[in-house]
Amino acid sequence: MKSYDDKTINKLNLTAVKIRKHIIEMLYRAKSGHPGGSLSAVDALVSLYFFHMNYNSKKPCDPDRDRFILSKGHAAPALYAVLAESGYFPVSELKKLREINCRLQGHPVCTHIPGVEASTGSLGHGLSFANGVALACKLDKKSYHVYVMLGDGETGEGQVWEAAAVASHYKLDNLTAMIDRNFLQIDGNTEDVLRLEPVRDRWSAFGWNVIEIDGHDIRQILDALNETDAHKNQPSMIILNTVKGKGVSFMENNVDFHGVPPNEMEYHLAMKELDLMEKKLEAYA
Amino acid sequence: MYNPRKSYGETLVELGKKYPNLVVLDADLSKSTNTIMFAKKYPERFFEMGIAEANMITTAAGLASCGKIPFVSTFAVFATGRVYDQIRMDLAYSQMNVKIFATHGGISVGKDGASHQMIEDIALMRVLPNMTVLAPSDATQTRKIVELIAETKGPMYARVGRADAPLIYKKEDLSSIKIGKGITLTDGDDVTIIACGTMVDQALEAQKILSKQGVGTRVVDMHTIKPLDKKLVLKCAKETKAIITIEEHSIIGGLGSAVAETLMEEGCKIKFMRMGIKDMFCESGEPKDLLEKYELNEKHIVKNVKQMMKKTR
Repeated sequence: MKSYDDKTINKLNLTAVKIRKHIIEMLYRAKSGHPGGSLSAVDALVSLYFFHMNYNSKKPCDPDRDRFILSKGHAAPALYAVLAESGYFPVSELKKLREINCRLQGHPVCTHIPGVEASTGSLGHGLSFANGVALACKLDKKSYHVYVMLGDGETGEGQVWEAAAVASHYKLDNLTAMIDRNFLQIDGNTEDVLRLEPVRDRWSAFGWNVIEIDGHDIRQILDALNETDAHKNQPSMIILNTVKGKGVSFMENNVDFHGVPPNEMEYHLAMKELDLMEKKLEAYA
Repeated sequence: MYNPRKSYGETLVELGKKYPNLVVLDADLSKSTNTIMFAKKYPERFFEMGIAEANMITTAAGLASCGKIPFVSTFAVFATGRVYDQIRMDLAYSQMNVKIFATHGGISVGKDGASHQMIEDIALMRVLPNMTVLAPSDATQTRKIVELIAETKGPMYARVGRADAPLIYKKEDLSSIKIGKGITLTDGDDVTIIACGTMVDQALEAQKILSKQGVGTRVVDMHTIKPLDKKLVLKCAKETKAIITIEEHSIIGGLGSAVAETLMEEGCKIKFMRMGIKDMFCESGEPKDLLEKYELNEKHIVKNVKQMMKKTR
């Protein structure tokens, strides 16, 4: 149980804007990558890395650390920005995303980048990996917690449901999964591409403790994380209702920005919007 | 005769004592793979994953990321083809210390038919960067290889067949066995038979027949297909007049291909032939009958060796 105050929330919101600016900057420089799903994941990532999780970025292999696994590996820019700002590697490295001879690969690689727990990019693997970590944690009688984020479209993968069954069979209550429920995947609305609803009932039926929240409201995210940490005998799923492209008006709910970076004009527009948001939040502080 | 699967199960139990961080995962086949022996001795370190192999492989990667040494077992067909993407991403690319030990490799699985006869696994695993690929030839060697892969870091794939197999080795014969070093079983300067897994015994039987007929036959047990013992292959190419490879696997991509690549790249001018499944799916039947029909026994080795010796280059 970790309690917070208004000041903390404002600070986390400010950090989220900073991360969004990094994402736009990185993708603009790389001229490739996935803005939509990176931006929708930011608030949950910020809540985990800048408040909720126990870790020491100077000791990335500490056996007692909490673990976060980004199953939707295409949101790598969001993860990299958060890891850099948490001290895992220099922020200056972010600008080399996707460049040759740079360790920041298009999708996360655990062998190259400190803080990246699992190599992802092929969808549907992360929850299984998290199961392995959660099983090891129980076997070693440790008290760390495992967090994993999936995309909503990603749950079309059969492996996700194999993992869902196993996590509940083994009562992995040290595992909290999150779905970035932004309703959009490359070919369109998730309900048109391959119906996912009723998402909540599906996970409940698999034996999971399910909480549904606004995935951009940091208070709700922190409350949900506290709740799922304490929940016993079941793995937990937090359905994060999110907006793809969140924080940049013309990217919001726009599937065209799933895997297309901003051009020069869009880059300046996006940065301007984010700068304004930052000033607004700073005024509250 | 002794079953390599049984030897695997027994060795896991021994290693369970030596390595407190060794864990075992199976997908509803623990009675066939013999991981059930470990499950009974160390229930807390055995994870039944159900009929859900993809999750099993990636879960093993997660366990390895926390310092465990996971052994993952199921039939070769489900342990490789079915979960290729998981092995590629989570074991090979991620360099996770996971050991896949597959049973029921090859066509001698028998009556279950082609759906269960895995003849592409060595090729599939060999092409993956960071992956080590092994095919032990008898129960004694299986024991040693399981010990070796437990103590050596990195993702590894080992496969054995379903059936009981004749014992080729005594324990002391294998005191110096190493991953990546082939074993020369018989000397001879006419032909070399390079075999792996279930076919080593057939090669030895062929050698007996051939030597009686005056053909000096060298038999090499190439238990490690990757990394291949190139030095030994080249030595055989220099010292004998022909090389024939044999494996219970497709002739494409396995041991025969690995040897051929080495011979060509090193410019060896030598008579060469691959024996294996000739790019086809096989069928149900008694193992013995299948090996005869698909030309993978001592009789066919002898026939092929003689034909090769007649040919001029």
